[in-house]
Parts: sequence; structure tokens; C-alpha cells
Amino acid sequence: MSKISRRKLITTGLATAGGVLGLTAVAGIAEKYGLIPPDHGGIYGLGETLTYASQRLLTRHSLAREFSRSQISKPPFANEMAPPSDAFKRLQAGKFADWRLDINGMVARPASFSLDQLKSYPSHSQITMIQCEEGWSYIAEWNGVRLSHVLDLVGVLPQARYVVYYSIEPDWWESIDMADALHPQTFLTYGMNGDELPVGNGGPLRLRVARQLGYKSVKFITHMTVTDDLKEFGKGLGSASPEGGYAWYAGI
Amino acid sequence: MGDSAYVASSASTIPAAVPAAVPAPTVPARHSVLVRVTHWITTLCFFALLVSGAEIVISHPRFYWGETGNVLTPTLFKLPIPSSRNLVPTGYGYVLPDANGWSRYLHFQTAWVLVLTGLLYAISGLFTGHFRKDLLPGKADLSWRAFSTTIGGHLRFRRPSEGEAWSYNVLQRVSYLFVVFVLFPLVIWTGLAMSPAFVSAVPATVNLLGGQQSARTLHFFVSLALVLFLLVHVGMVWLAGFRSRMRAMITGRAGTSYSGSGRPMPSKPLERT
Repeated sequence: MSKISRRKLITTGLATAGGVLGLTAVAGIAEKYGLIPPDHGGIYGLGETLTYASQRLLTRHSLAREFSRSQISKPPFANEMAPPSDAFKRLQAGKFADWRLDINGMVARPASFSLDQLKSYPSHSQITMIQCEEGWSYIAEWNGVRLSHVLDLVGVLPQARYVVYYSIEPDWWESIDMADALHPQTFLTYGMNGDELPVGNGGPLRLRVARQLGYKSVKFITHMTVTDDLKEFGKGLGSASPEGGYAWYAGI
Repeated sequence: MGDSAYVASSASTIPAAVPAAVPAPTVPARHSVLVRVTHWITTLCFFALLVSGAEIVISHPRFYWGETGNVLTPTLFKLPIPSSRNLVPTGYGYVLPDANGWSRYLHFQTAWVLVLTGLLYAISGLFTGHFRKDLLPGKADLSWRAFSTTIGGHLRFRRPSEGEAWSYNVLQRVSYLFVVFVLFPLVIWTGLAMSPAFVSAVPATVNLLGGQQSARTLHFFVSLALVLFLLVHVGMVWLAGFRSRMRAMITGRAGTSYSGSGRPMPSKPLERT
């Protein structure tokens, strides 16, 4: 009996040590390849990490489904919103002529863009679905400049890993990894269904992240920071969403 | 999977399979350790998914068919319940507390645990012959007569015999196989079809279902079917003998007669084929 116990003890010990080493190795590799989301702590960290890691391995370059013009939702649905801030109303009174998008952080040439400047760059369109975490959805044609184009202009440094973006409205900010930031369907969107982007849908400037839920497509973008670490932003969970109890990665 | 037998076959066939002189010590477990562990993990996951799923639904208790749907489009149907978001016109004068954040975190994490547990169960079930031996109905079971005898037994509320505790009747086999190989795969499929990132890689997941809102509606109905199964399952366990069936699924020991008393038990599960 004692022999078996000792053998069992050794086996269990070795298995445990092996397991711990294995997990450490897996965690190290996952970290190195950017498979760990910033909200990986806490009781739901395991699920979030599995989801984000799987999606990064599976869908790094995949394109969101595009639809035909006949599938565009009519009328375009505008989600309810809090009343705009005074800062927004002032810019709206001037027909957004003074709207600026500042980009700084890990970039070679920090810059500030006007809407006209952004519209002068190659324009693209996509007919994609926006899905809300609540369960509703609509399809629209989104017009804008690819974020990757603008990031090329400011010269993103090689060590950059995330783009943090802010709405003019207080406490409304998100971040995405470089896979989504450089994705061809990630637009700085200024138009919708062939017209100006309505304020209700995020006009004059909305970051459209086609492969994630609607809350990652922040409205009224005025500021972006490129970084290699999200710990310094807010509570360090990646964006305002996890601070409010919602997943940072919303591709599910 | 659980155990909720009602008598199908006549009780007189059972003792014949029990030679009185069989030595008692090596009574096989009614359910293997793997079946028991995966059963209870699945149970926990199911309740977590049910609660969090209900919380997610109340944030928008409207259902649609096709690709898109929102408060400006017609519904397929709507649930007559209040919502946790004031976007939805429910007719109720109040809004429920918003629990969508943690519900979604919990839903997806639990889905991972359940899928991994299900994979372990399915793969081991193939290798150990669990599906073939314990769940696949035998040829004799697949006759109308066998079906009607089993159903008749249920309708007459006939209690299961001792031997019935060692095997599944044809209705159980068919429903367990349906749950394991149809409902669970369907609920996973319809769930994945709602993921914007997953369908970007595998668009057929959602296209085959007729759209993202169709997937959401189907996910709801498949979940309802699973809840219905759960209710019948627990009801049957209750009627067949809650204590003994629970003991079988927890400790592996089946029946009332084997408790170290030395009374004879079947040396192996009843032959079904």
C-alpha cells in the first residue's frame, strides 16, 4: 500500500509540476503572440482569453460579410443616445468644419486631421451589418477612409500593439489590437448610404469595426493614441466597456 | 446523461439474467466515472447558460427572421415581458435592471466549458463504446411494438423494474441521442452563427441558417427544446426513484438492491441487442 502511495505521490507531483510548467509555457506563448485580452483577469478571464485567442488564430484576416444594396435596412436605425455635450453642439453649430481627429502615441508623426483632409484620402465603402449586444441589428453602406491608411500617414512604430480611440463625449473610449486596426474593413467613417453620416449613427466621424459588436464602433471620434500597453489607460482593462462590465473583445 | 427508466420490457425477463451465485464484489458501475463527471459539469453549465441566456434575451425580447431586425422592423414574435433596456417598447412602464454585461461574460465562458466537456464526452463515448452499447437502440427496440410497449408503460405510470435501473429503454436512448447529437450541436451552431468575428471566417455558419437574426431565433427555440428535455428528464428521474437514480449518477451504484447487502445484482448491464 505504501509503495503504491509513494508511486502515486510521485506521479501526482510530476503531473502537477508538468501541468504548471505547461500552463506557464502556454501563457508565455499566448502573450508573445498577442492572444491575451486586456480584461483577462477576474472570474471570466478564462472564457475571454479562450475566445480572443481562438478568434485571433482563426480570424485575423477574415472579412466581415458584405451584403447587397437591396439588403440595406430602411430606414437606417439610429440607436438612442444621451443628449450631446456642449462641446459637440458647438462643433455641430459650425457644421463640423472645426472637427479634428488627433493621433498621437507610438507614431513617428503625430498629427491632427480635419474632416476635409480625411475625405481627401482614398474613400472606400462597405455594406456590412452592425450588431448590438442587446440583440438587434441593421445593415448600412458605410463610407470612409481605411484606418490603416491614416495610420500609415502618421507612421505607426513597429512595437505598437493597440489603437485607443476616444469619443468627444466623456468616458466613451475603446481600443482594438493592430489586427483590427489595420483590417481593411476598419474605417474612419464619415458617410452612410451615400450621404453624410447622420449624427444619430455617429456622424460626423465614427470608427467602424466591422467584425465586432456595435459598441466597439465608437461615435464622434476626436482622438486616437497608438500604444503597446493598455495598462496606463483608464483602469487598465483595455477600454471603458470592461470597466462597465462588458467584454473588451466584442467579436465573440 | 441521466437515468429515468420506466418499465418497457416485462419484469419477468430480468431475474433470468441474474444467476444467484454471482459473487457480489465486482458490480460494474451503472454510469462510468467519465459519464458521471461530464453529466454534472453539463448540468452546472446548463443552468449558467439558461440564467445568462434569459438575461441576454430580456435586453431585447423581440425576435426576427432573416439578416436584420430592430425596433423599426416587424418582428417574428415578441415575448410579453418587460425589457432591461428602454430602447424596446414593451408596454410596461418600467425597465428591468441591466444584467447583460456579466450575463454575456458568463454565457460565453460557460459555453467554452460546455463545449470542451461535450467534446471529451463525445470522443470518449466513441472510444469506450458508450454510444453503441448504452445509447444506440437495438434492432428489436426499433420496432413499433417496442416503442408502443415503452410508451404504454409510461402512460400507465408503471414503475421501472429493478433491472431497468441498469439500462435505458428505447425512448430514453432515442431522446438522449437526440439531445447529444442534434440539440447540442444545433445550439452550438446557432450560437456561433451570431458571432460577428466567427462568421467572418466561416460565413456558411450563418448563411445556411438564413441570416443572423434567424440564427438568434433558432438559438432561442433550440434552447427551449433543451429546457423541455431537462424538465421531462428531471420529472422521469423523480418518478423512477429520485434517490436511487441520483445515487447512480453520483456514485455509480445502481438499484436499491446493491448496497453491500449481498443481494444479487446483474453481473453486467442487460443485453439490448
